[in-house]
Amino acid sequence: MDMKSTVPNTLLFFFACFFLLVNAPEPMAQQKPAAKPVTEIRIGYLRAYEPQLALSVLDIPPEDEGVAGANVAINDNNTTGSFLGQSFSLDVVQTKLDEDVVPVFREMLARGEKYVLTDISASQLLSIADLARENGVLLFNVGSTDDVLREQECRSNVFHTAPTRTMLADGLAQYLVWKQWRTWVLLYGSHEPDQLYADAIRRAAKRFGAKIVEERLYEDTGTARRTDSGVVQVQRQMPVFTQNLPAHDVVIVADESEVFGSYVPYRTWDPRPVAGTAGLIASSWHPASEQWGGSQIQGRFEKATGRRMLSKDMQAWTAVRILGDAATRTNSNDTAKIEAFIKDEKFSLAAFKGQKVGFRRWNWQLRQPIFLGDGRGVVSTSPQEGFLHQFSELDTLGVDQPETACKLN
Amino acid sequence: MNRLAYLLAGTIATVIQTGPAWANAVYVSNEKDNTVTVVDSNTMEVTKTINVGQRPRGITISHDGKHLYVCASDDDTVEIIDTATHEIIGSLPSGPDPELFVLSPDGKTLYVANEDDNLVTVIDVEKKRVITEIPVGVEPEGMGISPDGKTMVNTSETTNMAHFIDTSSHEIVANVLVDSRPRFAEFTPDGSQVWISAEIGGTVSVIDNASREVVEKVTFEIQGLRSEAIQPVGVRISADGKKAYVALGPANRVAVVNTETYEVEKYILVGQRVWQLAFTPDGKHLISTNGLSNDITFIDTATDEPIKSVTVGALPWGVTVAPN
Repeated sequence: MDMKSTVPNTLLFFFACFFLLVNAPEPMAQQKPAAKPVTEIRIGYLRAYEPQLALSVLDIPPEDEGVAGANVAINDNNTTGSFLGQSFSLDVVQTKLDEDVVPVFREMLARGEKYVLTDISASQLLSIADLARENGVLLFNVGSTDDVLREQECRSNVFHTAPTRTMLADGLAQYLVWKQWRTWVLLYGSHEPDQLYADAIRRAAKRFGAKIVEERLYEDTGTARRTDSGVVQVQRQMPVFTQNLPAHDVVIVADESEVFGSYVPYRTWDPRPVAGTAGLIASSWHPASEQWGGSQIQGRFEKATGRRMLSKDMQAWTAVRILGDAATRTNSNDTAKIEAFIKDEKFSLAAFKGQKVGFRRWNWQLRQPIFLGDGRGVVSTSPQEGFLHQFSELDTLGVDQPETACKLN
Repeated sequence: MNRLAYLLAGTIATVIQTGPAWANAVYVSNEKDNTVTVVDSNTMEVTKTINVGQRPRGITISHDGKHLYVCASDDDTVEIIDTATHEIIGSLPSGPDPELFVLSPDGKTLYVANEDDNLVTVIDVEKKRVITEIPVGVEPEGMGISPDGKTMVNTSETTNMAHFIDTSSHEIVANVLVDSRPRFAEFTPDGSQVWISAEIGGTVSVIDNASREVVEKVTFEIQGLRSEAIQPVGVRISADGKKAYVALGPANRVAVVNTETYEVEKYILVGQRVWQLAFTPDGKHLISTNGLSNDITFIDTATDEPIKSVTVGALPWGVTVAPN
């Protein structure tokens, strides 16, 4: 407003008041110049969800796990978008575990979704990946840690913000080796995810010079997880299960299915630390991380949801922010432009992990630091000091380019 | 009359500069142990430690040198410290989680970045009241003000923008995209440019203040150091406008950038995780805060060599130097 104009100041004042009154209810009225047309960017979120049990009631996944992170990122994107005339929204579609997701995905396609976050199993994801590509849709895997999705079954239109099991196991192994705790025993569960996690641990041991001196399988014979006198039995079972092991520094537990793993700490025959899926756990985020600006996102998340931020929330937040950043910087909602931006060699994002995160261009896996923490706090983050790499130290975590089985078309 | 005063002031300043080195108090905020360390700029020794509020970060001093302002982030306030008595004599209503701020050239207005609420709070320093709040991008952090006081620049860390704010209307007049996690905004002494550091992007964007466009991007490369470790944070530009100093965080170095060529001429090794910088009023020394090594480093700006490191409190964050 030019105050030196010849219009009397009182009149200007009235105009100003009128303008403020008219514009006041609009949240972004102050942010000028904002008279641009608004570009809508819709993001789909396809999830398979059923309530799950855990050995500890504290570990039961919240119903909005992942979705809550995506929503916080949508808000972040919209704050940024308000300066550029971009508006983001989330379209959440929920199916059951192991259900055929093709029909609901077709509905999402019919609604014109071009970007879809997925929190579904590897087989569900593979059932829609090619259909997505045929329709020019980019998928962001925020839930599955299966290495196969980044290796034999990788796709040029599927990005992964969830870490792989090999990344998690390598992050843990680097720390244990740095601690000089190199002799391990491995206790693993009988379900497929447990076996896959155990495979990743075996690979990590070989890679970083640790030795697994004995392995034991814990068969899931079917049991109620929360019985009244359960703890009495557990206190007797776990020492017996870990009796007569050769000398070892650490007990590694591979039990993603939550059948026995959380019972192992403090109950082993020998007094040894426990790591893996119980005890010291590797993850893409920790609800207590406050480093590297982490207290900002944690505060924002808690304010929005009333609970702490979990790994899947961070994985979904990151995917939505990647799309937001791409839309902002290309000033566009054009899928081709956004895809080209994300796939550019120089693409990187700030994600409260102390260094930039970005994609491995050979399989579109997000390279990222791995947190190591117990139920209370962060113990360390990997990669650890001294694990060097010719390109990025983050590539010391997980399957590296020379070993990859992925062939992107 | 004004002109005479100006001339007189100029003469006095010249006299002072040719005289013996002025001893100035250097104030360092220590994020982890809730203190401000006072260091003598001549002897380079600690003279006093002041207990302040929780998580002190941003720190600045009034132009007359009488009051020190400290962001006590976890106490949601800006504390005012009397530099003569080292007592906390009051506070300013900063809004939640203040991290960085900038004082207007006339010393009357303080602009505070509130990281949690996506706001810049404008405070009347004398009346100790909030004039207005300006909505900005996600996680506002860096704050710079033009030498004429007309334009304030705020950076938002997750939005990745520099917001140019007209200080008379308190409205955003331009938003300029920069690289990831912009941390600091510093105007050149002639007001023609703003330098914005991007911690995760690893660059410094130079924005023309007239066109409000990025005209140059300064990049850094240190042999033997991975690019992820180069995280530009604090920026200071010499009074003659010829050299820009950029603190590079975990790279443990301060880069000296030629402002004509935008090339890095030197990397000065200081302490670990170097965060913020401040000049002494005579411009002869630059002081860096080195968070992880709990010290500050005095740098000779004539040779750009480190002179001395001084141990301060835990996790030194910000630094400001008393005027002459």
